[in-house]
Amino acid sequence: MPKLPAPPIPAALKPKPKRPGEGNGKTKPHEVAAEAGIHAVDWVDERTSLSGGLRWLMFRKVPKGTNWFYTLGSATLFAFLAQAVTGVFLAMYYDPSAIHAYESARYITNEVFLGQFVRGMHKWGATVMMILIFLHMGRTFFFGAYKYPRELNWVIGVVLLVLTMVMALTGYLLPFDQRSYWATIVADNINGTGPLVGPYLADFLRAGPEFGATTLSRFYAIHMLLVPGALIALIGAHLYLVAKLGTTAPPWLKVEPPEELRKAEV
Amino acid sequence: MADRRQAKSPYTEDRLIPGAFEGETVTRRRFMVGSVHAAGVAAAAAFTLPALGFALGPIFHRGRISWQDVGPLSDFPDTTYVPRVLTLTPDIGEVGKTTVYIRKHNPSIDGKPKDQYDNYVAISTKCMHLGCPVRYIEASQRFVCPCHGGVYDFQGKRAGGPPVRPLDRFYTRSANGRLEIGPRFSVNSELRRFSPRDPGQPLDGIGQYLYPRRFDTTNKPPGAKS
Repeated sequence: MPKLPAPPIPAALKPKPKRPGEGNGKTKPHEVAAEAGIHAVDWVDERTSLSGGLRWLMFRKVPKGTNWFYTLGSATLFAFLAQAVTGVFLAMYYDPSAIHAYESARYITNEVFLGQFVRGMHKWGATVMMILIFLHMGRTFFFGAYKYPRELNWVIGVVLLVLTMVMALTGYLLPFDQRSYWATIVADNINGTGPLVGPYLADFLRAGPEFGATTLSRFYAIHMLLVPGALIALIGAHLYLVAKLGTTAPPWLKVEPPEELRKAEV
Repeated sequence: MADRRQAKSPYTEDRLIPGAFEGETVTRRRFMVGSVHAAGVAAAAAFTLPALGFALGPIFHRGRISWQDVGPLSDFPDTTYVPRVLTLTPDIGEVGKTTVYIRKHNPSIDGKPKDQYDNYVAISTKCMHLGCPVRYIEASQRFVCPCHGGVYDFQGKRAGGPPVRPLDRFYTRSANGRLEIGPRFSVNSELRRFSPRDPGQPLDGIGQYLYPRRFDTTNKPPGAKS
C-alpha cells in the first residue's frame, strides 16, 4: 500500500537518520520494540487517519506574547477532569437514598482508604473549578478574545459556566447533612420564585410538592448523568473552536505589518 | 450564483418518470426520504416523550389527604403555641418530618372561626422567605427564622424581614376529643386561604396570578374552600 506524504511535524519529532557506525551488526532489542510500536501506530493510522487530526490539534501556531494567562482554560479542563475521576470513584460508595446517603458519605470520609482525600478533592475541586472558570472568563474578556470570530465560543463558554453551576447546586445536596439539606430547600424555593413557571420548576426539581423520597436521587441523576454528558459535549465543541480559530494575541502587542508593506511605507 | 441546471417541473408527469399520475408532485425519492424522516422522529419520540413524562410527572402528582393525630384537645391552649412533629413524607426518616405549632382558636385575636377546620390554628414552620425552619419565641410572641431574619407575629403574619406572606397553616379537625392535622394551605396577608404554595411566592395583589396553583386540586379537605 503506498504511503501518503506525512504533513510537517516539529523537527524534534522527526525520525533521525542513523549515525555512522550505527545499524551495523545485529538489531538490538530496544530497536525491535520501537519498530513494533511504530508498526502498531501505523496500523491504526492507516485505517483512521487520526495523526492528521492530532497534528492539527496539537501543533498549532500561537501568536507572539502568549503568556501564563493563556493556561487558565487548560487549568479549568484539568479541574473538570479531576472532578470527573474523583466523582466516579465516590459513586462507588455513595448511596443516593434519603435514609442511607448521610451514612454512606460518612463511611467514605471515615472508613474508606483515602476516602477523605478523594472526597476532599471533589469538594474543594468544585470550588477551584468555579474560581478557574471566572479567571478564564476574565482573561477572555480583558484580552478581547470574545470578539469576532470567537463570539460563539464565548456563548458556549457561558453555557458551560451555567452547567457547572448546576453541577455545584446538585452536588451540594449529596452529602445530605443539615447544611446541604437546608441549602437545597432554599435553592429550590429560589427557583420557585420565578413568575408563572417557578412553581412548576420547583416541583420538578423536588419531584413533588414536598421534599420527598426521590428528590435526592433526582439530584444525583442530574449531577452525575445529565449534566456531565452535556458538559463533555460542550467542552469538545469549545476546544474544537479554539483549535479551529486559534488563540488571540494579547492586546498590548502591536500589529507588525508584513515585510513588503513596511518597505513601501519608507 | 444562479443555478445553472434547468428548472425542473414539479410534476412527475412532465419529468417523464415512469408510472407518473396526472398532477402528481411527490416522487418516490421524496416519499422515501419523508417516510424515513418520519420514522426517525417517531422512534426518537417513542423514548423521549415517556422519559420526559416520567421526569415531569411529579408536577401533576395528586397528593393524598391524610389526617394525623397530634394529641388530646386539652393539650392546646389559646394563648401560646405547642410544637408537634408531623410526617409529611413517610419512609424517608427525619427528612420527611416537620415541626408544626398548634394552639386553640382565640376569638379575641382571630375573630370568628371560618369553618369547622378553623377551631385550632396549626402554623407551619416553613419560612415564607425561602423555606428555612422558623421557631416560636415565647418571650416576644414572635416566629423567627434563623436564615435571613424573617419575623412573624403571633398569628403568623409578617412582622419584619424578607418574607412575602404569612406563615402557611394546616387544616385542623377534632375527632373523639383528639386533634387531627390535615393538609397544608397558604394564606395571604388577610389570612384568606389559598391552595398550598411554595415560599417566596406572594399571594397579595398580582402575586396570586404570577404564582399559579398546582395542577393537583385534591390537596384540601372536602368542603374546604380553595
